[in-house]
Amino acid sequence: MQTDANSLAAFRAEVSQWLTENIPADPGFLLPQSFMEVGSEEQLEFLIAWQKKVYEAGYLGMAWPKEYGGGGMPQVYQNIVDEELMNHKAPIIFNVIGLGWAGPLILDMGTEEEKQKYIKGILTADDIWCQGFSEPDHGSDLGNAQTRAVRDGDDYIINGSKIWTTFGNYAKYMILLARTNPDAPSKYAGLSFFLSPMHADGISTSPIQKITGEYGFCQTFFDDARIPASCLMGEENQGWKVAMRTLEYERSVHGGQASTYKFLPIAMADLLNTCRTIERDGQALLEDPVVQDQLVQFLIEEKSLALMKVRGDIPELCTDYPFSLALSGKLVATELFRRARQYAVSLQGGKGGLYVGDDTAIEGGVWQRGYFNNFSATIGGGTSQVQANIIAEHALGLPK
Amino acid sequence: MTFINIEANTDMRFSEDQQMIQEAARGFCQDKSDIETVRKLLSSETGYQNEVWQEMVELGWLGMCIDENYGGSGLGLDCLMPIAESMGRQLLATPFFCSTLAAQLIQRAGNESQKARYLPMIASGTVATLALLDNEDWGASKSQCTLNSDRQINGRKQLVEAADQAEIFLVLYQQGEQQRLVILEREQLSDSAIKTHTLIDETKRAGIVELNHINIREDQLLSDSASAALNDVKLLGALLTASESVGATAACLNLTVEYLNTRKQFGKLIGSYQSLKHPTVDMLNMMEGARSQVYHAATLLADSQGEMTRDAEIACRMSKATANDALLFAGDRAVQFHGGMGFTYECDAQLYIRRAQWSQQQYGDSAHHRKRLAPLLLA
Repeated sequence: MQTDANSLAAFRAEVSQWLTENIPADPGFLLPQSFMEVGSEEQLEFLIAWQKKVYEAGYLGMAWPKEYGGGGMPQVYQNIVDEELMNHKAPIIFNVIGLGWAGPLILDMGTEEEKQKYIKGILTADDIWCQGFSEPDHGSDLGNAQTRAVRDGDDYIINGSKIWTTFGNYAKYMILLARTNPDAPSKYAGLSFFLSPMHADGISTSPIQKITGEYGFCQTFFDDARIPASCLMGEENQGWKVAMRTLEYERSVHGGQASTYKFLPIAMADLLNTCRTIERDGQALLEDPVVQDQLVQFLIEEKSLALMKVRGDIPELCTDYPFSLALSGKLVATELFRRARQYAVSLQGGKGGLYVGDDTAIEGGVWQRGYFNNFSATIGGGTSQVQANIIAEHALGLPK
Repeated sequence: MTFINIEANTDMRFSEDQQMIQEAARGFCQDKSDIETVRKLLSSETGYQNEVWQEMVELGWLGMCIDENYGGSGLGLDCLMPIAESMGRQLLATPFFCSTLAAQLIQRAGNESQKARYLPMIASGTVATLALLDNEDWGASKSQCTLNSDRQINGRKQLVEAADQAEIFLVLYQQGEQQRLVILEREQLSDSAIKTHTLIDETKRAGIVELNHINIREDQLLSDSASAALNDVKLLGALLTASESVGATAACLNLTVEYLNTRKQFGKLIGSYQSLKHPTVDMLNMMEGARSQVYHAATLLADSQGEMTRDAEIACRMSKATANDALLFAGDRAVQFHGGMGFTYECDAQLYIRRAQWSQQQYGDSAHHRKRLAPLLLA
């Protein structure tokens, strides 16, 4: 496959054209801004149909191996698709835990049988995946997970509860971290990793209403749930290593995702547009020097973030703390988005107090909802504070 | 990431030339400018060792971006960044930046005979500097310095880097609506014309230059196009200072991390406290952001052969704003995190907080650059 500039430009044009022709019309109901807020059947059906369409066009899993349903092409092709999806503000590619985390993990560490069984269904959206890591009492402290898995013949019996299970009520499979040896010398040594079915006796879910008022994730309960022993991934009690690898995919430390288009883009350009439409003291906010100064500051930070990814590929320019760029991306990006969205609401005068559903809200309340939803990014996948600890300890070498 | 404007120019490369220069410059600056040497030079007259300056000349650094026809090596401006960053890391202060910028200005706005006379001098180590400011305002669009009908220059220039050491001065003056430049030689100034400033950053040197009826030869006037060249060189000055500041921030961060990893209080290494740990991560991230901006700007300038395109201007201004903020934050927190020691002159944290205060003003503070970015980015 050609990766010269001309071939890539031609491919980009082709994808752009396809998207222009194939992005579905406004369905007349609110679409999710991120994969973490699919809260209704109609949203789900819409997103399954969209993902299937993108896959069937050949634009999903382009760099995954052909024999399991991927495209067998260089990663750069998928990157172009993801960029164009963003440029066109297409609906999100929703099956993220499969496409972004479980899929690359299985391709990386899974057996041939696991690859044959799971990969294709992730791409077609026939198999929705969820993640069972966090527990009600153990959010950021993942290593302390207490959900028990006890071997019983050809099965494991699972007891306990997982929380923040995105797609928990829709998923067919879960990547599950559970404790197989409570007496292990360290908390990490007693954990095992499972590719667990969700449709089994003793597994139930209960939806959680989010800060935005919408639904999107669940608490999952395991009550003497019996799953086949073949669901164990890797060795018993070696699950921590697998979980860490999963988190690396989740935090985009490694490439290999079938798509990374999991949030509807709200870019700085949108913030600028908002500032064009709101007037204060007889002029657009965009003309106000105080506002301009803050917007420029955001644009500088946005640029730094974009450049960070480029510099990460130039090792000679990363000699001080070689892991810092890879480890810092999530923290820096999500905190910037949070501040920018919060700022966008603050600019709205009295209408900053309105919310989605009020037809006089500025842009339908998109910034209010976006600001709230952004907490899923600064909290989920390890809070910003935990991220800062990780960077301090692993990039700077500071003590625990 | 969803917030990124992916159409933004994010070109960045690190060329073989840059790599070689980085290796040489890191080693050189480490050898010549350990912290004891830096401290010894604080109270010296010039702030640097002449033999070190001569070695820099022999390494070809002063002529690096001067055309080969005029005794230089004709390398791209991107090659200056690893040098500037290495100097910043070791707090090695010499008249390298002002000499380099003066050479760039002559190269861009000088006529053939001016280039032939001055550029080889600078390449071989004659100290040159820019005398731009009448006062503290880097944003000033007019100078009070004038040339009268007898071709005598009058005025007063402040904050002139290496004023005491310079043999060549590029002086900004006003002619009607135009900003123009003249090349002055040291022998045209009386001994009392130069007064040394007391600087917050004791590694640096700068002074006031009094210009009282100095007779100027016609061949000392730079061309009409000097004002465009001056804008470009000021942006380049911002970028070089940014690059130097990134190096200083890295050193300041290292100093802080080392202290956090050795100092114990309440039975624990203080680096284990999140109230110190997290701001240290902020230092790191700010430094990384600024460094990315600097090497991006360097790449754009290499690609445009030194021409200050719109994207290059944006990149230079963003570099300076981010590097200012990074070093200011790092220096400030370094002092605080050293506790009682941090308040002493003996603690090296003071060197960085002082450097931060000086460098943020050189070629414009952060607000100055954000203000000028606004019309470029928000139109």
